[in-house]
Amino acid sequence: MNGKNVLFIWEYVIREETDVAIKLSDLTHQKELLTGGHRMCAGCGAPIAVRQVLHAVPENAQVVTCCPTGCLEVSTSIYPYSSWRTAFIHSAFENAAATISGVEAAYRALKKKGKIGEDFRFVVFGGDGGTYDIGLQALSGMLERGHRVVYVCYNNEAYMNTGIQRSGATQLGTWTTTSPFGERSAGKAQNRKDLTAIAAAHNIPYVAQAAIHSWRDTVNKARKAFQADGSALLNILAPCHRGWRYPMEETVEISRLATETCIWPLYEVENGKWRLTHKVRQKKPLREYLEKQGRYSHLFRPENEAILEQLQAFTDQQWEQLLLRCGETTES
Amino acid sequence: MPRTVALIGTDAIAEAMRQINPDVVPAYPITPQTAIVETFAQMVGDGLVDTEMINAESEHSALSAAIGAAAAGARVMTATSAQGLALMWEMLYIASGMRLPIVMPNVNRALSAPINIHCDHSDSMGARDSGWIQLFSENAQEAYDNVLQAVLIAEDPNVLLPVMVLLDGFIISHAVERLDLLDDRTAKQFIGTLMPRDSLLDAENPPSWGVFDGLGGYYFEFKRAQAQAMINAAAAVRKVAGQYAEISGRHYDFFETYRLDDAELVIVAAGSAAGTIRSMIDDLRAEGLRIGMLKLRMFRPFPERDLVKALSHVKNVAVFDRSDTFAGEMGGPLFVELRAAFYEEEKRPQMLNFIYGLGGRDLSRNLIRQAVDSCKLAAGSNERQKRIIYLGIRD
Repeated sequence: MNGKNVLFIWEYVIREETDVAIKLSDLTHQKELLTGGHRMCAGCGAPIAVRQVLHAVPENAQVVTCCPTGCLEVSTSIYPYSSWRTAFIHSAFENAAATISGVEAAYRALKKKGKIGEDFRFVVFGGDGGTYDIGLQALSGMLERGHRVVYVCYNNEAYMNTGIQRSGATQLGTWTTTSPFGERSAGKAQNRKDLTAIAAAHNIPYVAQAAIHSWRDTVNKARKAFQADGSALLNILAPCHRGWRYPMEETVEISRLATETCIWPLYEVENGKWRLTHKVRQKKPLREYLEKQGRYSHLFRPENEAILEQLQAFTDQQWEQLLLRCGETTES
Repeated sequence: MPRTVALIGTDAIAEAMRQINPDVVPAYPITPQTAIVETFAQMVGDGLVDTEMINAESEHSALSAAIGAAAAGARVMTATSAQGLALMWEMLYIASGMRLPIVMPNVNRALSAPINIHCDHSDSMGARDSGWIQLFSENAQEAYDNVLQAVLIAEDPNVLLPVMVLLDGFIISHAVERLDLLDDRTAKQFIGTLMPRDSLLDAENPPSWGVFDGLGGYYFEFKRAQAQAMINAAAAVRKVAGQYAEISGRHYDFFETYRLDDAELVIVAAGSAAGTIRSMIDDLRAEGLRIGMLKLRMFRPFPERDLVKALSHVKNVAVFDRSDTFAGEMGGPLFVELRAAFYEEEKRPQMLNFIYGLGGRDLSRNLIRQAVDSCKLAAGSNERQKRIIYLGIRD
């Protein structure tokens, strides 16, 4: 809340060098801040994302977690139980960023008055519904004001809590219950929006796109996000086998294929500098990712060939644009 | 020493906020509340308060942030009007359901459509079942006094509910009035410090707020407890009024009566209209009419027993409503509730409803006289039929 992020201000670099060589054995010794026994589905990508992010909380820091309404919220905070070893608040669906803005402002106010001594960090875990769509305004407000909050979108590309309805994160041609496959419809008729780029356009210190199969990359990015002196956003692909229609044990594999086909590239925007964090040497055809998921099965009918090609073309175009932004290619 | 000043209503509110010095104020400007946000922002900018101000991007986010900050143990205020209050609607219920003592002046303005920036009570009346305590003000002095008292009412351990302080748009918010301010030290002593409960920032005992009650849960019990808190609020309003009278010399209660004791006809109203009505009462008394006024201050909780008691001797009651319920031929909300309050009574006054001043239509002395004439006519006819009269409407 200091107006620092109004311009690109390069001295707001991440304060400490992050340890690239995070050891899995070290993480296994850390206390889990999201405990087991929550009621997310077996094979769900969201709690994997949450645990990877919370492994990056600085030592000795206290955490306040905020969730908008969604799968994660209803499955981890069933009164009188809680799966959170952090303070927790949920208030509504479209306003997690506004709610946490208030918590973070209260922290600064009370810290200034000497009423709180501890170091607190603030994190939001919202789905793509609460982030891309209904919560976008509140998110933009929070990022523009620069609250020191790590906003995490666990992106499963549809409204899963209410039973698989399309969202702004849903890709072209995807079957959902509100973008069905039928006589006059072949899944969602529009491309997804680019939330990560929207967040980056707020010129906040740190924005990254990650995926749950690449745990080291995600933990690394989360560390940078927690160290950022201002708002940070992590957009983490978290596959949902119920909505995507694949066997539950394949969540990590599906996530990996999303990256290898470049439909979900891994990158970061650190103080305005775009950087690929996973260079895809051999881009796989999108079909290899799509054919594993029931939500795309209709695209393999001959009459829907064109949609499949459109999605491939959009993916290629977005990937080329990203390479350009990251300085990996020059405009031809 | 108290200070006598001349201020517009919004500045009187801002002065109260300066003395309260809330930890966090998230706000979004809207006519006619805007000057509260502007004046308070200047106070923050000048270092007169050490509030963290959040310039929210909407009223929905302003109240959401207020909820987050209050759950984090901060003393929180915001302010709004009309469409802003309507946009907050979802969060009004969450603020009261979470039992957060947020104080919010609402500068009463007509709800769209048609869009209209002037005063009526349709905005706050729309929120009458949202679980907020609602206190009306007749003028800038009362608005200032209500805001200071609201903090202690909201934070009373037997209450823990948000409070809306209502003041009429433009008529109070934008008119310069003479009023007395407490000196800062007295005000601060009166306000004291908030003892937070279950703060999100309690590192020893991290709490959970706003959790899910989906599986055969306790929603019903929570709501019953909330209903009880609103019942308890009446006693807190009276207790705080008593404390406030000691330091200010100004006395408040659920309502104020004027020349009521021997009155046969009584006008019931809330807000700035009371001033015009009071002056008419004197004139009509001079003409020999036994007329009085009851000015309602506390609309939530609704002080039904006290109202019945105060009006039990009266033959005719003229209820002035500055909003409509659009419920058929039920009349305005104040009328509906006051009629219901008399249901069990053996002796019920004849009641007429006068809906006035929608969208800022002026309530002239002449219109009050018209209303009184209608009451006299109805009293003569011994008619028990309900009557809704739109006062001052053009043909």
